[in-house]
Amino acid sequence: MAIPDKRTTEAEVVAELRDGMTIGIGGWGSRRKPMSLVREILRSDLRDLTIVTYGGPDVGLLCRSGKVKRVVSGFVSLDSIPLEPHYRAARQNGTIEATELDEGMLLLGLQAAAWRLPFLPTRAGLGSDLLRLQPQFRTVRSPYPNGYGIDGTGSEGDGEELVAVPAIHLDVALIHMNRADRGGNGQFLNQDLFMDDLMAMAAERTFMSCEQLVDTADFPKHGTFHTQRISRLMTTGVIERPGAAHFTECPPDYARDEAFQKEYAATAKSDEAWDAFRAKYLDVTEDEYQTLVGVAR
Amino acid sequence: MSGENDVFDGAPTRAEVCCVAVAEAFRGDGERLCNPIGTIPMVGGRLARESFEPDLVMTDGVGAFAANPLPPGADPALAVVEAWNPYPQMFTVLWNGKRHVMMGATQIDRYGNQNIACIGDWHQPRSQLLGFRGAPGNTINHTTSYWVPNHGPKVFVEAVDVVCGVGWDRAAELGPEASRFHEIRRVVSNLAVMDFETDDHRMRLRSVHPGVTVDEVVAATGFELVVPDDVPETRLPTDEELRLIREVIDPRSLREAEVPNP
Repeated sequence: MAIPDKRTTEAEVVAELRDGMTIGIGGWGSRRKPMSLVREILRSDLRDLTIVTYGGPDVGLLCRSGKVKRVVSGFVSLDSIPLEPHYRAARQNGTIEATELDEGMLLLGLQAAAWRLPFLPTRAGLGSDLLRLQPQFRTVRSPYPNGYGIDGTGSEGDGEELVAVPAIHLDVALIHMNRADRGGNGQFLNQDLFMDDLMAMAAERTFMSCEQLVDTADFPKHGTFHTQRISRLMTTGVIERPGAAHFTECPPDYARDEAFQKEYAATAKSDEAWDAFRAKYLDVTEDEYQTLVGVAR
Repeated sequence: MSGENDVFDGAPTRAEVCCVAVAEAFRGDGERLCNPIGTIPMVGGRLARESFEPDLVMTDGVGAFAANPLPPGADPALAVVEAWNPYPQMFTVLWNGKRHVMMGATQIDRYGNQNIACIGDWHQPRSQLLGFRGAPGNTINHTTSYWVPNHGPKVFVEAVDVVCGVGWDRAAELGPEASRFHEIRRVVSNLAVMDFETDDHRMRLRSVHPGVTVDEVVAATGFELVVPDDVPETRLPTDEELRLIREVIDPRSLREAEVPNP
């Protein structure tokens, strides 16, 4: 069986990243986030990153650590804690730039990049302040009137004006899967792939962490083939790291660590609280982190 | 009935009146996705389906449609799954239009323009909130209602700081073609029910909850509400609705934490 070996490490991946890159991060809110890769970025000297994501603590940690120039998001939330405190602080202090999209617009921007199209049209955004506040979003008029038939009937006149969501090209995408093989095929075992496949295809290079590396032939032992949604066509490297998504949820492997998330959220209260958190959990190696939080088996 | 519910064996609570008012917002929807966000909206939506709108489709709160009335906070693993509906598919459903969402609103104005993004100047907000989330796409693509558990003049405002959900006046400006799927139907609060059934779709007081006066609602609203000569009381739950709410849909009484009984 011919399967390439794309195994790598967080350190090797982050060594490939450069200041100013646009990085897509998979998952959704505080769910199945590639947090061990995020933590490795926190340990690096990287800066001025543009982060594209359905944001959770990945965004908050990166903002608080001074890694971010711009956040491009459909929202930023910790789910059980609706507002991400460090993202809030960064927005309110003006330390980052923000592009805030409708959730569906973000999907379309990633899909456009994945399909190598300049934009995709949608009604989402029309009439809202999203377009007024963010003039980089433009509209497009349909060349077809409403009711236009595929046989060319009803061909008189223009159609409606729609929002043209520009393609959101990523230099690198970081995603986390429950299972993967060494060739970079990935398997999600929770209910939702989120937009991880679109992220992967919108990116020049995609690095995927996983809870467990399995033989390709063993994927069916973990889930139906419908769960094998990440093809190695989409991925550059794969990292086996049990507990990588901590403290976000990664079912069925583990739930969100709500107590830890509360501890994290409380660090927005003071510099002292953040410094203590950073010293304890972030200025350590990933192995040390996993030992501290007790997720790794 | 379990012991923890005995305290509610008596008269309907304000929260239960709100649940029924929410359910009424979905009356007539038939077979579409009833997608309320929040505890009382979820209980109300489930109530509509268990009583007068049996064809409604509802989620398990995660990535599937669930046929059974899962209580709020219940383990999604208990869902009787009708169909898989992960987020990418949810956008397909909502752009397809067979959906009625009930969202929250940090601010809402007289035409139903809604803000959940931030307070202050969006470029550097005084208070960053959720961002736009799905509000622009929801409101322009299918029916939307709102739930406000804290009716007051800081929520019901003359002008919202950022228009996330598109109101009736903004939709009218877009013209009939772009706004043909737009409908802001109902606003349910802890005090009253509002609709937009006026000539120019300004917000109208539809009913006040039992124990609330029209003057209280007017005083708690930061813009001029259309108040008809006769404002009825929001209807009370029937005995069967109370049984469904208390024993089937929300046996842990989470609704009471969202709107305390006055």
